[in-house]
Amino acid sequence: MKPNDVILKSVTRVAAVIISTFSIYLFMNGHHHPGGGFIGGLSTASAIVLLYLSFGIEKVRENIRVDFKKLAAIGVLIALVTGMAGVVFGKPFLSQAFGYYDLPIFGNTELASALIFDTGVALAVIGTAVNIILSISEDR
Amino acid sequence: METLMVILVGILVSIGTYLILSKQLLRIVLGVSIVGHAVNLLIITSGGLKTGSAPLLGEKAAGFADALPQALVLTAIVINFAVTAVVLVLCYRSYQSFGTDDMEQLRGNEHE
Amino acid sequence: MNNLLIAPIILPLLTGMVLIVFQKNIMLQRILSLVALLATIVTSVLLMNQIRDGGIQTLQLGGWEAPYGISLVGDMFSALLLLATSIVSVGCLVYAFSSIGRRQEKLYFYPLFLFLITGVNGSFLTGDLFNLYVCFEVFLVASYVLITVGGAKRQLRESLKYIFTNIIASAFFLIGVAYLYSITGTLNLADLSIRISEIGQDGLITTVAILFLIVFAMKAGLLLYFWLPGSYSVPPTAIAAIFAALLTKVGIYAIFRMFTLVFYHEPQITHLFIGILAAITMILGGLGASGYSDLRKILTYNVIISVGFIMAGLVSLTPAGITGSIYYLIHDILIKAIVFLIGGTIVHLTGTSDLKNISGLIRLHPQLGWMFFIAALSMVGIPPLSGFLGKVFTTQGVFEAGYYWLGIIGLAASLLILYSMIKLFMNAFWGETILSVEEEKGTTKGLLFPIALLTVASVALGVGAEAITGYVAQAAEELLNPNLYIQAVFE
Repeated sequence: MKPNDVILKSVTRVAAVIISTFSIYLFMNGHHHPGGGFIGGLSTASAIVLLYLSFGIEKVRENIRVDFKKLAAIGVLIALVTGMAGVVFGKPFLSQAFGYYDLPIFGNTELASALIFDTGVALAVIGTAVNIILSISEDR
Repeated sequence: METLMVILVGILVSIGTYLILSKQLLRIVLGVSIVGHAVNLLIITSGGLKTGSAPLLGEKAAGFADALPQALVLTAIVINFAVTAVVLVLCYRSYQSFGTDDMEQLRGNEHE
Repeated sequence: MNNLLIAPIILPLLTGMVLIVFQKNIMLQRILSLVALLATIVTSVLLMNQIRDGGIQTLQLGGWEAPYGISLVGDMFSALLLLATSIVSVGCLVYAFSSIGRRQEKLYFYPLFLFLITGVNGSFLTGDLFNLYVCFEVFLVASYVLITVGGAKRQLRESLKYIFTNIIASAFFLIGVAYLYSITGTLNLADLSIRISEIGQDGLITTVAILFLIVFAMKAGLLLYFWLPGSYSVPPTAIAAIFAALLTKVGIYAIFRMFTLVFYHEPQITHLFIGILAAITMILGGLGASGYSDLRKILTYNVIISVGFIMAGLVSLTPAGITGSIYYLIHDILIKAIVFLIGGTIVHLTGTSDLKNISGLIRLHPQLGWMFFIAALSMVGIPPLSGFLGKVFTTQGVFEAGYYWLGIIGLAASLLILYSMIKLFMNAFWGETILSVEEEKGTTKGLLFPIALLTVASVALGVGAEAITGYVAQAAEELLNPNLYIQAVFE
């Protein structure tokens, strides 16, 4: 029997976009306010899991061709390499640097190496969270 | 408030212990994760329950909450999540290959 | 500040992550993981020399100062254990190359192996109680998966018990962390040590100390070893060997660290308690080792005896006792890997682990037999092999401190080790050769080299003990003098 999931599917179409946008907001907000890579990544993962739930694993896999195991590994690699950057400059591991730059459109913006680290964290969280859900739901 | 929390932790731990002592695998998993949550509550309580804003430079508040227990709990929850996922998959696998989720039948020491 | 301290953690972790990306290429996986572990050996030797010349090395991650940030602290004790860990891991890795099977190699065996090493190295280096928990979890989660590699029925069954035991122990660990944080308001080990010596180790703190003792005793197999014989005898040989060599040792390391740096004020309560646990552990382990006639069971019970013996040195709290424990700990890491690898090879050859069905292997496999003989003598403590110095110093320290009963039980346990190992040797290697080359279930091709490597390392540790005497003495001095550790962290 095919389940009647019209409501779920229509809501997901809108909600996934909203959740993703909000997760980007959380991610960028994290430098000075509550938020950051972890929670941003987790909410992105929740959007993806919502897609999996409502449209089925096969269909989403066709459209999002990402190996989430590798995504998680790449995320950790990014985070570690950012941490190592401090070592190259003779600072302790995980040291961060920031500076203010004049960018077009954005104006005077603060750029911090912590952002790259956080991107790595976000990727790792997305990869791990989705991967856990996928491996539990696989082979019925 | 701390006292109430500690009592709650005690209740949760006893529920968890009860579930861990049962025979069904899934109940044990649930018991283990309830104990995990109880421990997380205990860590949050250990820093003292205060009202205050997030301990960030931008917030110009009078009082700040103790950030360390929150960081610890966040880490502990993540680890708990990962471990629970591993255990669930493993339980499912063992249920498939043994055809039972009864720990009594998984003893298997008689011929070793 | 010394960035070299992060290397033993970051090298295996980074390599593991790269290997996940290149999951399909087995050759690359083998080469990279070997390179990473060899590099870890090099860094730990460098670290040892830096610590010898410049005292305890520290690294405050991200430049955040000591009680607030994450500290990594490398003293001589950690560095020696790091070196032993990396040598053993190279041996087990090379053994795994020819024994673990192509299918497992594609199923993330090498990344998991490297994560296990990451967690173990991290536990040795961290200077913060909560990070100790995190590192414990890193290697435990890796071990949860590694123990099921192969997916045989009994592996699944035993792994469930192993996992549940460890999760509950971890929950207790966190409870201890919460209590300690609410009492002292810090989790940095050096800061904890200062605050506890300021406020005095009252009954409450001693209770928390016992809670930690229970947690680490569960991990180390000190009395609470009920999970150990089952779960260490099911995984594939290379994995069982690395488990036996390292996982209980991390628990032992944690007990040493906590009870020499933080909870050292009430030795007549805590250390005596550890002594009683150690004595019972040695007795029960000895009975198990001499009672069973199953090869794997005998070896796992030998792991348990040695845990008790190493603890005896800590109980004495004398320079001789601690020195002996450190020698014995390093020796035991190497020797347990060797005997587990040899035991696994025997099972691989004969297809059974029941001693009644194994006989006369020495005719066809003389190298294996004699290496086992060396290992057995070394475990018992025959000079000049590596177990000797550890036994002598530990026994001396225990007698100096007045714990005669503990020393006597330790020596009696050595006799039981001797009995069980000779029983194993006589049964498996001597006697009538019942299997011809054709009848054997497998070959020793590629398996002997890593065992020989570790045996050479172990013999070198015994014969060349003079070379590391200075290092061990410094490690013992640092353990007995917490101020050195504290000063290094807050310099």
